[in-house]
Amino acid sequence: MKFTCLSKGRGFHFPPCHMLNFCGIRILLDCPLDLSALLAFSPIPTSLDCLSVVESFNTEANGFDSGVGFGKRQKIEKLLHAQSLLFAEPWYKTVNNLHLWNSSFIDVVLISSPMGIMGLPFLTRIKGFSAKIYVTEASARLGQLMMEDLISMHVEFRHFYGPEESNFPSWLRQEELEILPSELREIILGKDGLEWGGWMPLYSAADVKDCMLKINTLNYAEEACYNGTLVIKAFSSGMEIGSCNWVLNSPKGDIAYVSGSSFISAHAMPFDYCSLQGTCALIYSDFFSLGDTQDSSDADNYSVSAADKLQPMSSQDLAGFNHNSVENSEEKEKLDFICSNTINYIQKGGSVLIPIDRLGTVLLLLEEMTASLEASDLKVPVYIISSMAEELLALLNIIPEWLCKQRQEKLFAGEQLFAHVNLLKEKKIHVVPAIHSHELLTNWQEPCIVFCPHWSMRMGPVVHLLRQWCGNPNSLLILEDVLNLELALLPFQPVAMKVLQCLFPSGIGLQTVQPLLKLLRPKTVLCPEELRLQTNLSSENSFSVLYYTEAETLKVPYRKHSSEIKIATDLASHFYWKTFKKEEINITKLKGELLMENGRHHLLLENDNKNSSSNKSLEHLGLPDSEKLMAALSKMGISGNIEHGMSDAKSQTACTIHIHDPYKASIEIGTTGTIITTADENVASSIYKIIDNILKAV
Amino acid sequence: MAIETLVLGAGQEVGKSCVLVTINGKRIMFDCGMHMGFLDHRRYPDFTLVDPNQDFNSAITCIIITHFHLDHVGALAYFTEVCGYSGPIYMTYPTKALAPLMLEDYRKVMVDRRGEEELFSSNQIAECMKKVTAVDLRQTVQVDEDLQIRAYYAGHVIGAAMFYAKVGDAEMVYTGDYNMTPDRHLGAAQIDRLRLDLLITESTYATTIRDSRYAREREFLKAVHKCVSCGGKVLIPTFALGRAQELCILLEDYWERMNLKVPIYFSAGLTIQANAYYKMLISWTSQKIKDTYSKHNAFDFKNVQKFEKSMIDAPGPCVLFATPGMISGGFSLEVFKHWAVSENNLVTLPGYCVAGTIGHKLMSDKRGKVDLDANTRIDVRCQVHQLAFSPHTDSKGIMDLVNFLAPKHVILVHGEKHKMASLKEKIHSEFGIQCYDPANNETICIPSTHYVNAEASDTFIRSCLSPNFTFQKCNSADIYNSTTPDKNLMPMLQVEDERVSEGVLVVEKGKKAKIVHQDELLLMLEEQKHDTLSGTF
Ligand SMILES: [Zn+2]
Repeated sequence: MKFTCLSKGRGFHFPPCHMLNFCGIRILLDCPLDLSALLAFSPIPTSLDCLSVVESFNTEANGFDSGVGFGKRQKIEKLLHAQSLLFAEPWYKTVNNLHLWNSSFIDVVLISSPMGIMGLPFLTRIKGFSAKIYVTEASARLGQLMMEDLISMHVEFRHFYGPEESNFPSWLRQEELEILPSELREIILGKDGLEWGGWMPLYSAADVKDCMLKINTLNYAEEACYNGTLVIKAFSSGMEIGSCNWVLNSPKGDIAYVSGSSFISAHAMPFDYCSLQGTCALIYSDFFSLGDTQDSSDADNYSVSAADKLQPMSSQDLAGFNHNSVENSEEKEKLDFICSNTINYIQKGGSVLIPIDRLGTVLLLLEEMTASLEASDLKVPVYIISSMAEELLALLNIIPEWLCKQRQEKLFAGEQLFAHVNLLKEKKIHVVPAIHSHELLTNWQEPCIVFCPHWSMRMGPVVHLLRQWCGNPNSLLILEDVLNLELALLPFQPVAMKVLQCLFPSGIGLQTVQPLLKLLRPKTVLCPEELRLQTNLSSENSFSVLYYTEAETLKVPYRKHSSEIKIATDLASHFYWKTFKKEEINITKLKGELLMENGRHHLLLENDNKNSSSNKSLEHLGLPDSEKLMAALSKMGISGNIEHGMSDAKSQTACTIHIHDPYKASIEIGTTGTIITTADENVASSIYKIIDNILKAV
Repeated sequence: MAIETLVLGAGQEVGKSCVLVTINGKRIMFDCGMHMGFLDHRRYPDFTLVDPNQDFNSAITCIIITHFHLDHVGALAYFTEVCGYSGPIYMTYPTKALAPLMLEDYRKVMVDRRGEEELFSSNQIAECMKKVTAVDLRQTVQVDEDLQIRAYYAGHVIGAAMFYAKVGDAEMVYTGDYNMTPDRHLGAAQIDRLRLDLLITESTYATTIRDSRYAREREFLKAVHKCVSCGGKVLIPTFALGRAQELCILLEDYWERMNLKVPIYFSAGLTIQANAYYKMLISWTSQKIKDTYSKHNAFDFKNVQKFEKSMIDAPGPCVLFATPGMISGGFSLEVFKHWAVSENNLVTLPGYCVAGTIGHKLMSDKRGKVDLDANTRIDVRCQVHQLAFSPHTDSKGIMDLVNFLAPKHVILVHGEKHKMASLKEKIHSEFGIQCYDPANNETICIPSTHYVNAEASDTFIRSCLSPNFTFQKCNSADIYNSTTPDKNLMPMLQVEDERVSEGVLVVEKGKKAKIVHQDELLLMLEEQKHDTLSGTF
């Protein structure tokens, strides 16, 4: 097995991407898009925007309230301002290393989450791409909505900038890149300056449609079989609705792939870790456990605080994995904090903008927020502005099989799975596709609360609303952890509105990695290099650990040099056994049909009897004694004569027996084989049996 | 190795489906139904046959319920709460959601309307359902280390599933009720090509072959339209779930097209409540209905209103869906008493009514007097329309399924005795498959597949796999024009015989059987190689 990490990704919205070669089958794990690279582009400029150059970038004026570090502030201040952003129709950044592989050689693509599908249309539209793609049904549906949303958001750029003049945008030219601020250059080219090959103009709606047609959808724990050899199963990872980890079974062994996983979820089915037990190899790819991987250039981030090196939990604690009340209450606290802040700002007369893409967070906030509004007797409208929101909300209420236990209980009780169904009915929330929707224009009221997609703050409703509210210190912006907040808000400076960043716990958690792996009992674990420094896996002797880094191929030897074959007993009863008494060995020539099915070899009785005659060659050991053979033949009433000495070195024939009576035949006894030649099949088989008997004595 | 099948219910009859299958030491109870035609002990399967000591928890590995119909789930609450079974129970999500509604409705009919002593309480239904594990389609569920089960789409009613079970090398499928053709709201049954030792299939329509469903639907719509346009009332006695939604989708569509304003009523809260469930479970319906969920959920019936008891004798035409089906009692019977006396009115009946119900009596004698009980006799003058479409497969569908799965043995259940016998003959003569139609409490024992495991060397496998393998594109294919596109094709590699015969199986005492390539054998045994070849002129 060969494993290559193509990209470690960057958090929730840009999951890792790997290439795996297992049993000669090339498997691509996820095909994400780095949407944070959109930060390099400017939102569609307003006329005002183009003129007013934000020269003095006054950081003091910003009401940042996040606990996230701003380590790079000094570096960008010198060069970067809103005018340095790229004023062009955005391209999209795919996993650069993926382009080093010939996509037509990929056999299987496994998509672990809705985010992991975002780059897939780039692959499926390539001529010669013929891989089988497996995605859970829920991930496929969510992923499709997200891709369609991206396309519809992108349209405004195309309208603004017009059709592209050439296949190669000017901003991607060497000379243009050289004069860019280093911050932007790094986004475009990566740290090593080589990633320009990953940039692509956006796929079309037709590409997405075509991509979806090429997908095989799965349910959790459903077995899909690739080519008879590889059995593929998805198990819930708890990260998002439909997101999954994989188990691959083959006659050569099995592999578990653990993507970002979460033990608790307020919406998605939680991490099903039990189903990943006892594999030969486990690829650990939950990068959330690693803390700040995105800033791996900063040496500071590697200094692990004492709190991170917690004592690993004992195995007994594992039973409680899925009911981690500590994390749960932490989440609840955060929600309460956000809601009380929201109420505060609303009461001050400001509006609240919540551009969050994490479905789980949005749904929780939606439920909590409307409840708090009600509790404080505030009547402000809550808008959800997104081209996919209507369909998404409808979809969420018809997929109980993919949800966490509490939501499933609602189904069994006959209640709506999510509160938004009733909120919509009661008109407590309003869903509109776009900022200029007629319904929104007629209903619009401020202050209000707006949920909308994030898209790195570069397109869609978030841009319009930020421009409108950024100057108002009484309004509030609630964000997930944003990679580079300063850059994200750059086009909107000066920002007077309050910014609240919330980081919800996700991932397996550093102190859980070791006990989890211990419980899963793989023979070998493949871990990101970063984990070596953060947790002491090497001391674990129940499995061996290999560390991987981006763009390097790890080879993992198979432990087995043989495969299991299942032989049907009804076939086995037809076998013709030979016994070597000395060694207590029985051997038989195989027959039947070998079938590769569901990752297992089966040897079955043939249905048709085309090969029923026994004159198929059977392996013999030793050289038949011609004198013994003559004796045996004459016993059966067969007579003939021996022709010795015909052998020269080349022909390797020791002797030939010519039979005249009762039928004509010849038996050539050679050093490597005996050839019976006769006109009659029955004769051949009876002579064969005689020779066979003689040889059996060996 | 053998598979033992004890038929506790639905043997040569329809009602109280319950089959106990023992495979390689595991015992699975498929369905736990009740008989609608009996009120005495015969309504439940004879559970004493499961275990003479009544220790059901050690006697049964798990229970599998195929769908929410009472003849498949009706005895479950009794078996868990009264008989004390507390082991695992599996059913699909819709079945888990809807079965308690059916059980509760039945309990109410029994207690509130017939005044019988209740066999289980509402609370017990809730307790029973807590023991149920919901499964999704095609999900492979590991019940324990040795037993694997998997649900396949069966059509019939929402959430209905055929169940596959595997213990060791023995594999079987129990179909429950299924439909091989899609209807207004459900898709057709779908299953993978499996390597089965045993198929246990329903055979409700063992000898019937149905023609176009659309012609039959038109007949129904015409009859309803004719009745209401003459000012008559249409009574559609149905169970709350399944047929009610199917017919309602049909009527809604017709009402829209014909611009009819006649009210369509649903009796009581049950059916309305059921629609709320259907809305959430829409992904278990047909593709056509699923695709429209975001704009309009097909189970949001626009023309449907709630019916009040006081409206029974109100003037004017209407269509009323009333529970229970087959007019076995309850509200549908009450309305029937009022409406049956007028020839303007219409009563529709399903294609099959259990013996002992009013529906059954009406079917055998469409006009005339019907005895409700010893004291009440009704003069039936209304029209009776029998629905000629059914959520069950017809005999062609059964034959197609048997042909597709090609199991080693078939057991027929859930049908009428003489019809089953003729189907049994047909399966045996056409496919050469051993077929059985056991009566209740009979046991059938069949041999099962067993494999010997051997370690095969890489050289042998490699020589087998290259280069002359051929692909067979037959696995996991849809049977029929199912509406759910199945893209999970599982191509098999089949290797030609010559390469297999280059393999040698070596069994050394005290060691695992090994398969090596003939070239390796010599190395292995350190013997001189010697070939014997024979051929013909
Ligand atoms: Zn049924």
